[in-house]
Amino acid sequence: MTNNSVNDSKYNVVVIGAGHAGCEAGLVAARMGMKTAIFCTDLESVAMMPCNPSIGGTGKGHLVREIDALGGEMGINIDKTFIQSKMLNTSKGPAVHSLRAQADKHRYHDEMLRTIRSQENLDLFEAEIVDLIVIKYPDEEDDSSSFNKCKGKVTGVVTSDGRTFSADAVIICTGTFLSGKIFIGDDVTVSGPAGLPPSTHLGDELRKLGFPMRRFKTGTPARMLRDTLDYSAMKEQKGDEKIVPFSFMNEDKSYDIDQVSCWLSYTNEHTHKIILDNIEKSAMYSGNIVGVGPRYCPSIEDKVSRFRDRNRHQLFVEPEGLDTDWMYIQGMSSSLPEDVQHAFYATIPGLEHAVIVRPAYAIEYDCVDPLSLKPSLESKLFENFFCAGQFNGSSGYEEAGAQGLIAGINAVMKLTGRDPLVLRRDQAYIGVLIDDLVTKGTNEPYRIMTSRAEYRLLLRQDNADRRLTEIGYELGSVTEERYARYLAKKSKVDSEADRLRSKRVDINTFREFLLLHECELQKDKMTEEQLERKRRDIAETENQSFSDILRRPSISYEDLAEIDDDTRPELTANERTEVEVMLKYDGYIRKQKSEVEKLRKLESKNLREDLDYHSIRGLRLEARQKLSDIRPRTVGQASRISGVSPADINVLLIYLEKEYRENNSRTN
Amino acid sequence: MADTIAAISSAPGEAGIGIVKISGPACKDIMKKLMVSFPETIEPRHAYLSRVSRDASSPDSEIIDEALFIYMQAPNSYTGEDVLEIQAHGSNVALKSILQAVLDSGIEDVRMAEPGEFTKLAFLNGKMDLSQAEAVIDIINAKSDLSLSIAESQSAGRLGDTIRDIRDTLLDILAEMAVNIDYPEEDEDEIGGDGFFSDDDDNGIVGQLRWVLSDVQTLMETASIGRIAREGIRVVIAGKPNAGKSSLMNALLGEGRVIVTDVPGTTRDTVEESVSINGVPIVLVDTAGLRTTDDKVEKIGIERTEKAMASADLIILVLDGSQDLDDKDDTVLGYIEKMNSEHLLVVINKDDLGRSVSEEEVRAKLPQATIVRTSLIEKGVPEAVKLVSNAVRDMYDLGSINAKEMNIITNERHMRMLRNAEMNLDEAISMIQSGEPLEVAELSVHYAYDSLGKIIGEEVGEEVLNTVFSKFCLGK
Repeated sequence: MTNNSVNDSKYNVVVIGAGHAGCEAGLVAARMGMKTAIFCTDLESVAMMPCNPSIGGTGKGHLVREIDALGGEMGINIDKTFIQSKMLNTSKGPAVHSLRAQADKHRYHDEMLRTIRSQENLDLFEAEIVDLIVIKYPDEEDDSSSFNKCKGKVTGVVTSDGRTFSADAVIICTGTFLSGKIFIGDDVTVSGPAGLPPSTHLGDELRKLGFPMRRFKTGTPARMLRDTLDYSAMKEQKGDEKIVPFSFMNEDKSYDIDQVSCWLSYTNEHTHKIILDNIEKSAMYSGNIVGVGPRYCPSIEDKVSRFRDRNRHQLFVEPEGLDTDWMYIQGMSSSLPEDVQHAFYATIPGLEHAVIVRPAYAIEYDCVDPLSLKPSLESKLFENFFCAGQFNGSSGYEEAGAQGLIAGINAVMKLTGRDPLVLRRDQAYIGVLIDDLVTKGTNEPYRIMTSRAEYRLLLRQDNADRRLTEIGYELGSVTEERYARYLAKKSKVDSEADRLRSKRVDINTFREFLLLHECELQKDKMTEEQLERKRRDIAETENQSFSDILRRPSISYEDLAEIDDDTRPELTANERTEVEVMLKYDGYIRKQKSEVEKLRKLESKNLREDLDYHSIRGLRLEARQKLSDIRPRTVGQASRISGVSPADINVLLIYLEKEYRENNSRTN
Repeated sequence: MADTIAAISSAPGEAGIGIVKISGPACKDIMKKLMVSFPETIEPRHAYLSRVSRDASSPDSEIIDEALFIYMQAPNSYTGEDVLEIQAHGSNVALKSILQAVLDSGIEDVRMAEPGEFTKLAFLNGKMDLSQAEAVIDIINAKSDLSLSIAESQSAGRLGDTIRDIRDTLLDILAEMAVNIDYPEEDEDEIGGDGFFSDDDDNGIVGQLRWVLSDVQTLMETASIGRIAREGIRVVIAGKPNAGKSSLMNALLGEGRVIVTDVPGTTRDTVEESVSINGVPIVLVDTAGLRTTDDKVEKIGIERTEKAMASADLIILVLDGSQDLDDKDDTVLGYIEKMNSEHLLVVINKDDLGRSVSEEEVRAKLPQATIVRTSLIEKGVPEAVKLVSNAVRDMYDLGSINAKEMNIITNERHMRMLRNAEMNLDEAISMIQSGEPLEVAELSVHYAYDSLGKIIGEEVGEEVLNTVFSKFCLGK
């Protein structure tokens, strides 16, 4: 202990790392009343975006909405600092509409830093954490191969200058800083992202403590000087005219900003030839990198060599902010040497004379096998030690933020003696993300995708507040203000939906409306014969309520205004979407809900943490091992583990039943 | 709401009594649908005798059998849910018809039970006796080993390959859908783009789904061959009294190895006998409907005959060749003509007594029929056996059916899964055509993929994403 007073170094919650996970974790813990400290190696790293300058996208946009609905900061922060906004997938249905915003990286960082500094109960330290303080539980036998046995409890952290901070709970969110190594061709540098200092000791200490650590890698493309690019050779990508904010708190705000554009260009055969000629110089191919990279975010040399029949790959040039002249070259990450990078980038239309201010690089880092985590994100090895973000094998700012928020909430739950918040797969993308990580594990940096969710129609971005805000309010992560807003919105949406369920107009108006929207306006999409059949159908159609009319694919809530003789309530864009989706997809939504009900029974059968799977007769060997390693919380979770068959699940159910009866007869 | 599940719960094979067991909230609805004499109040654990119909509310609906209905109210039942037992005559045919009527009842969420599912429910609802627990573990293990070996033998065969081929195509479609949803900004050169999802492109998604659908339907069509192999060929003998029907029937019964004695069949007025002729299982159905002259009864008889003929694999019409065709012959001929059955044998009998009926006369009405002229009494049993086995051999090339080479659906559960897949594919196609959003149509394709996977014991996991990443060059 140094000259710090005992009081100064004692916290309820200590967060290691101030990236997207760390910020959410620290903020929510402090807001829920915990005395909290966040540690980072460099203040620059607070909410830093070391890779793409954007927030959201398919699946990711849903996560941001969910973070927001639970009282997190990401949505509010990007709403303050975006420079372009776009709703993706609008040609598809509302369940997969996804918001994405280009961020001003520097302002995003500044805003978050300001929020953290002004947060009550929350201290921010620029100091590297090099070790954990732990109490080890008496060990009957050394069972180091298994990571499911609780070995002890974390009680604090140690900084590189020898200070110790005691903590009731520690949340680790080290991102790509932990034992970070940067690769550019043959060049290998021990470094965190963007040239910031890495965390060099903690990874080894975690290994010594028995954490199952792994190496993952990811990459980022080159940054170029704005004025050295030729924009006439690229295709402009503008933002949406109508801006939809991320945060439910900003729903009624109108945004009138000058949006900046992104630019689209393509590689060509020359680019590919240069890359293939030099492929062995890539750090990926030289064998220097041992870490596993993500399939969904391959480097350009990966794309070119794996898909040799493709004669072009697209790339986007994206501004990193308003006060910087750095441009980000999305889709072109690489670990080739700098001279090769110069050569191949120069073959791309628009980039011929580009000045590269930072070359593309690959980065390798330590992370933990997420199978060693509980669904609460607490480690199975050490109590009161929570893990979030890239440390858990995920990738992406949004995935990190979501885990940080949940880890923060659950640290508070644990310290206040309450049950952890575990979101189900039918409740939130956050539930899908965490369940995938802790149940299935991952062999590459994990990215959320809407295809990973079984109940996509239920998990929409328009209804994230309806799914989660109530839960957050009960736990204490949602403010009174947000909750009141939510309730007001909910009642507005529900009463409008009710009105539409009973609203009708006279049959002639109804049929004329259908003729206009299903025939006249569809003329160029249909043959004369189809049109004629449709007209006949409409002439015989019986009158319908507005909610039934809405089920017709070509009719929108806006369209119905034409025949609506009531005074319509004033609704925000998001509220209108919610009303429309609720009614339009009612049948499908109910179908999915009944699927969920069927599985709920298994999800409500809990499995004891100390269940001895090896003693259960009838379980296959593989199932015994997997179940012992992963220790699922419920039978439902057990059924998703690969290697556990339906027959194994039946055996488990029988075992549980038997045990239950034996216990009952004992107490009787 | 929980599913209602149904299955034949008595041991397979012929027995005096067989049981169709149903568990779930729809039990009472099913009773109402099937019982011709539906009691005013249903006492649990009382046996109610009633004729069984596919739809008791409709007087025209076919009577399948007569059976005892026993209703057990939750939680006092084996599974802890409402349970209905329908105890019927033990013939496989009758039980299957009742099960089919339950499954086709149109009541929501009624489905075939998975193997071991009643027991599983019993456990879930805390109904299983403790002393049975250990024993059931062993049974379930044995079952899964068995189903494993069945799955293995099938996956080594053509059926597995066919299902896998169909699923591979669906997987590509799903990957195409996934990539379009999750990577909306990818290069259109790389992913299918909007063109792929428009319905006027045969190479597009609708065209591909139609191919898959027709593959599934082709498989479903083999089920009738599968049924014949399993349950025997249903042969209906028709004709007016004294034309020689009984001689034919008796000859076949005398010669054929009788498997069971008289089983009161689907209706009072038809009699079924199962025999094996030259190794081919045959169910003989004697239609007695034309025996009486009382008009009203005759009408009912003819209707029944018509129904029996509709479900026949082979119709044998016996005519008295020694006399001119009369009204009664014309009535039967008319029905058979209407039936338009492919598999039709006309026996012009009593050749020794004269030739008043010409082959041309018959052919004019029934051009597809095989026509034989003979004298059953004179030529006796060998002639009868030859007639029928030749007809069966010609019409159903059973010798060439080799289950190892052909995809024949013999399993009720497989059929169920195929039907499920068919329905979902149909739904997906019409959703895409009517402009429903991609992610909604995707659900139906996914369900179809899952259903097919259940046939070969594979369910969806990470395959779609793996295909996405191996097929498409994506990058952000």
